[in-house]
Amino acid sequence: MSQPNTRHNSTPGSERLTAMLERMLLIRRTEEQLGADSRAGELPGNVHLCAGQEAIAVGVCNHLSDSDYVGSTHRGHGHFLAKGGSVRSLIAEVHAKSTGACGGLGGSMHVTDLSKGMIGANGIVGGGIGLAAGAALSAQVAGEGQVAVAFFGDGASSQGILPEVFNIAVLWKLPLILVCEYNGYSEFSASSTVNAGEIADRARAFGIPTDVIDGNDVEAVWTSAAIAIERARKGEGPSFIEAKTYRLRGHLEAEDGFLQAPYRSEEEIDQWRARDPIPQLVKRLTEMSAMSDADFEILEAKVAAEVKDALQFANDSEPPEMERVLSSVFVDQLP
Amino acid sequence: MAKMRLTQAINAAYFEEMERNERIVLFGEDVEVSMFGDTRGLHAKFGSNRIRNTPISESAMTGMAVGAAMAGTPAICHLMFSNFALTGFDGIANQAAKLRLMTGGQARLPVTFVAAIGAGTSTGAQHSDTPYPMFMNLGGINIAVPATPADAKGLMKSALRGFNPTIFLLPRVRGATSGEVSEDPDFLVPYGKASVMQEGSDITIVAIGSCVHHAIRAAKALAEDGISVELIDPRTLVPLDTDTIVASVRKTGRLVVVDEARDRCSAASHIAAVVGDEAFSSLKASIKRVTSPNIPMPYAPALERALLPDPDKIVAAARLTLAS
Repeated sequence: MSQPNTRHNSTPGSERLTAMLERMLLIRRTEEQLGADSRAGELPGNVHLCAGQEAIAVGVCNHLSDSDYVGSTHRGHGHFLAKGGSVRSLIAEVHAKSTGACGGLGGSMHVTDLSKGMIGANGIVGGGIGLAAGAALSAQVAGEGQVAVAFFGDGASSQGILPEVFNIAVLWKLPLILVCEYNGYSEFSASSTVNAGEIADRARAFGIPTDVIDGNDVEAVWTSAAIAIERARKGEGPSFIEAKTYRLRGHLEAEDGFLQAPYRSEEEIDQWRARDPIPQLVKRLTEMSAMSDADFEILEAKVAAEVKDALQFANDSEPPEMERVLSSVFVDQLP
Repeated sequence: MAKMRLTQAINAAYFEEMERNERIVLFGEDVEVSMFGDTRGLHAKFGSNRIRNTPISESAMTGMAVGAAMAGTPAICHLMFSNFALTGFDGIANQAAKLRLMTGGQARLPVTFVAAIGAGTSTGAQHSDTPYPMFMNLGGINIAVPATPADAKGLMKSALRGFNPTIFLLPRVRGATSGEVSEDPDFLVPYGKASVMQEGSDITIVAIGSCVHHAIRAAKALAEDGISVELIDPRTLVPLDTDTIVASVRKTGRLVVVDEARDRCSAASHIAAVVGDEAFSSLKASIKRVTSPNIPMPYAPALERALLPDPDKIVAAARLTLAS
């Protein structure tokens, strides 16, 4: 039977929270840069930004090491950075440069760093769920205590692969943490119009320990993930976390250029802006007397310098050569 | 050398390579029972950690096989009938075939999808396809279509030792085909190297999978009339050994391609196009294709037989070519 997660007593503590704030801020400022680049027409493809959802990626990945796996989505910049990917390789990739994470061959929707266990953003909604479950199988066979996390949205919850993976993960007790970033929209359609019932109930139906949390509260995410990841490492099988959040930007940055009418109200967006996970975390740290205004300014400056350096790095880098393409299709075999 | 059936040869390849590399896992529907016999005995030998029966969930199976491979665990994903690969096509077409390129060459993808192809036993249109033409168009996945037990073993062993995604297609009606197979543990058949099964000078016949056996019979019939056939089995469709085929047509000047896939955009039509490009001036007659018509396969045995390539159709195509 499904058991609710018992609340974890441990909390991240101010030092860890500060580190998580820095990572969340890095994701936000990096994406603001990429959003600006996109709107200025400086990017060849589209970008799907995760602004507003950073606490989930960071709160979960804070528990993971490079040998653990993360399968991501088309909205994967945050997962990439949260899992330890570098800002330089991210920005260079989205700018289609040879120094990018994937040599400029993947783009925003495919940022991957296998050396960090980031098995990739994925352009197919739900695609990362199967890959992460496979990585969990690999971890189980290897028997070294690794875990795999599948991040996906409420949109991907409508893909058949999710209940298929629920079923197999329970039967095989896979070390898999399924994290639904419930941002209320399936691309341009409100979740209420495309998802029947509660998504968490679907996981419960398979007997998966399930937790529904405030995804904009990094402490809540961290605590819930701690329980789920511990369970996976101990060989006790999969967990499901539904983290309620909101996408502060559109489905993709270019959408204002082709949509005839807004599909979300300004009022709704403003309500969620007031729950932005980053100012909430700053407030929490201030209350804990762990961060002053001056400390925050120093952090902002540090992150801004990192993004500026990465952008310069991307601008100074060369685009990929065709040879790189031909050598990247097969191992030791030309296409 | 040992005499064995094609499915037994694949089984031997699994045993040898899973003993050699203890990271390899195999999963699929009913692999413990093993409908075709190719996975028989593996569970008893390698246990539940490495040999797993799956639910009937092809989307998850193909995606998980790719994820496991990306994470360093070579995976054999047994899909039973190739039509079921279409149910799990995302893992094959969007993930396996694309991820190495999309990751800038970071990902190594030692994943082998195994499925049976072909009609001929009245299994109806949803269990009778020969879908490699659409797999050939995916861009980044190897395709093996062995016709003999020896090639089946050697091609499977190569796939399991390599780091590239592979679709291994078993010609279903030929599972019981018997032949001599090497017992050398390092017996491998390379990808992209066609097998010239018979040398000849009057006409080249290229045949794929189960059609190779029809072509052997056709070649015998033609030999009785003094016609010398060069018979080529490509063995792998990706990579495709076009050099061997083109060189043969330059010698014979005539080509018949035999392929059980539907004619439209078939392997046969691709091979004909390549030969038309590269050996045009050597051709003494137009290239003939013996393929299946562009319709789903009916159930009734007589209709099924009438639609599939057979030795008589190959002989007829060859005679047409030789007449011009």
